[in-house]
Amino acid sequence: MTAIAAPTALNQTGPSPATRARWAVSDTLTITRRNLIVWYRVPAYIFFSVVQPVIFVLLFRYVFGGAIPVSGRYVQFLLPGIIAQTAAFASFGTAIALAQELQKGVIDRLRSMPMARSAVLAGRLVADTVRMLVTILIIVAVGYAVGFRFTNGVVPAIAMIILATVFGLAICCIAAYTGLAIGDEESVQSFGLIWLFPLTFVSSAFVPIATMPGWLQAFANNQPVTFVIGAMRALALGHQPVAPDMLKSIAWLAGIFIVFASLAVRAYKRAT
Amino acid sequence: MPLSEVSSGPAILAEGLTKSFGEVRALRGIGLAVPRGTVLGVLGPNGAGKTTAVRILTTLLLPDGGRAVIDGHDVLRDPAAVRRSIGLSGQSAAIQEELTGRENLEIVGRLYHLSWPDARARAVELLEQFDLVDAADRQAKTYSGGMQRRLDLAASLVGQPKVLFLDEPTTGLDPRSRLGMWDVIRSLAAQGTTIMLTTQYLDEADELADSIVVIDHGLVIAQGTAEELKSQIGGDVLEFVVPDRSMIDAAVAAIKPLGEGEPHLDADTGQVSVGAGSRGSDALIDAVRSLDSAGVVTRGLALRRPSLDDVFLALTGHAAEEDGQASGRRRGRRRGKPADNQAATGRRGRAS
Repeated sequence: MTAIAAPTALNQTGPSPATRARWAVSDTLTITRRNLIVWYRVPAYIFFSVVQPVIFVLLFRYVFGGAIPVSGRYVQFLLPGIIAQTAAFASFGTAIALAQELQKGVIDRLRSMPMARSAVLAGRLVADTVRMLVTILIIVAVGYAVGFRFTNGVVPAIAMIILATVFGLAICCIAAYTGLAIGDEESVQSFGLIWLFPLTFVSSAFVPIATMPGWLQAFANNQPVTFVIGAMRALALGHQPVAPDMLKSIAWLAGIFIVFASLAVRAYKRAT
Repeated sequence: MPLSEVSSGPAILAEGLTKSFGEVRALRGIGLAVPRGTVLGVLGPNGAGKTTAVRILTTLLLPDGGRAVIDGHDVLRDPAAVRRSIGLSGQSAAIQEELTGRENLEIVGRLYHLSWPDARARAVELLEQFDLVDAADRQAKTYSGGMQRRLDLAASLVGQPKVLFLDEPTTGLDPRSRLGMWDVIRSLAAQGTTIMLTTQYLDEADELADSIVVIDHGLVIAQGTAEELKSQIGGDVLEFVVPDRSMIDAAVAAIKPLGEGEPHLDADTGQVSVGAGSRGSDALIDAVRSLDSAGVVTRGLALRRPSLDDVFLALTGHAAEEDGQASGRRRGRRRGKPADNQAATGRRGRAS
């Protein structure tokens, strides 16, 4: 037994920390690349992340919009809200893909390889961020076609897009945890992320909160999606100060990242 | 690193591995040693603990107790080094179906930290070796089951592993793909790769493995070469078919005094078999005489060496008629958590 134990100890050094860090980055990029190839090859994914948000914009702009009373033009009110909602819904892809990989044994294969353990999750989140950014830019373009305009300058407009992306990424962390913890594609698809509907719709995304019943206002006024959309509107339109909603958004998002990123990592390590 | 020391031990060594999933004791103290360059067949019914053992040895699962050393690296203390030495091909093809065969292999190559040119070259090599050149640039979802398994196996070889784990590599394949997979595994073994192969199929272990361990209910219940296991049930088997079913009872009565133990009768096929000890051709001659004097006509009368089927029946007492059902059920089921994988199947499974 000692004859076997001795070489074990000698081999424990492995690659240097610098090499490992380099590998972690390259592994993450490899997984990102793989995920993006899969994304553009599956028509359903493209539909979900490109066509569906466009339909939503047109629907709210031309069908529901006229019936929703807001100060100013509805399309100005709508765009930041719909961008936030779309960013949040991008997380469906994260959860479903991870559950699928777990179920099919892809994650087993990857975990049995000498690659960075962080890369599967990190690569997934990076790819989903790219995907989300593409979707957001498409919605902005469609928004411009139907009358939306940024009225607060270029830098705040870019800041709004970044905030929406970071918000989407935070929701993706929750989804990553959900997908890995449930580990079954169909369950994830049917009820894993059902909470996203009340969270995004019971907010200021599509209607002014003042039009909701009092008890619902209490929730809508104090939940993170409303803060994020408030900050996004302030950045895009410049009609109100950015700081109050922005600070609350940052606090919420930081909290979500800390809690759910670590939960997701734990779920990945334990995933079997 | 003193290479001589590392390479002197067995490629795979496991001692007293235990693992429970809740109430289910999947492994109850498994020990095995696989010398370098040999093929170990791990044979057992569905739910015996084969997959759990493989998952522990490939660092995917922590054992509750015991130890394991792969290629000189302790699975618990240095899993990263173990991962550099092994390849794993699991029960389901763990490939990305939307990617082409070539892309799948290139990406695995990159994850083994090959440069892009090296990853490409390695992918080409493996596509050739596994007869996937024509399909290389098609998405893997267009592949047949056999091709997907070959691609999966190719992916497990990208890192040129010294020790290869194949968890039921032919489960769910049609007979022709199965033979193709056997050829591939044989040639890997011929190149000196140490292979641990789990299977529910006795003929597969017989064909491919240098030595065999039989696992049932989380314990090793027998081990040795195929020949050694066969000799455990003692002697040859005399076997024949009685086409006229009304004569079966007469045939059994005629043969009974000649054989060792009770004759085994398969009512569906009319096949009768009985242990013939070590009397060789004398047993055959006696059988012909007494069947003839009883007026029984037989077909396919032969003396054969016992198959692993006979061995498995003798060792576990699992009933033969459950044959096939278990493997069908497995194929149909999705891969669940190990706990229900073990629990759901229980005693039902059996090697075919």
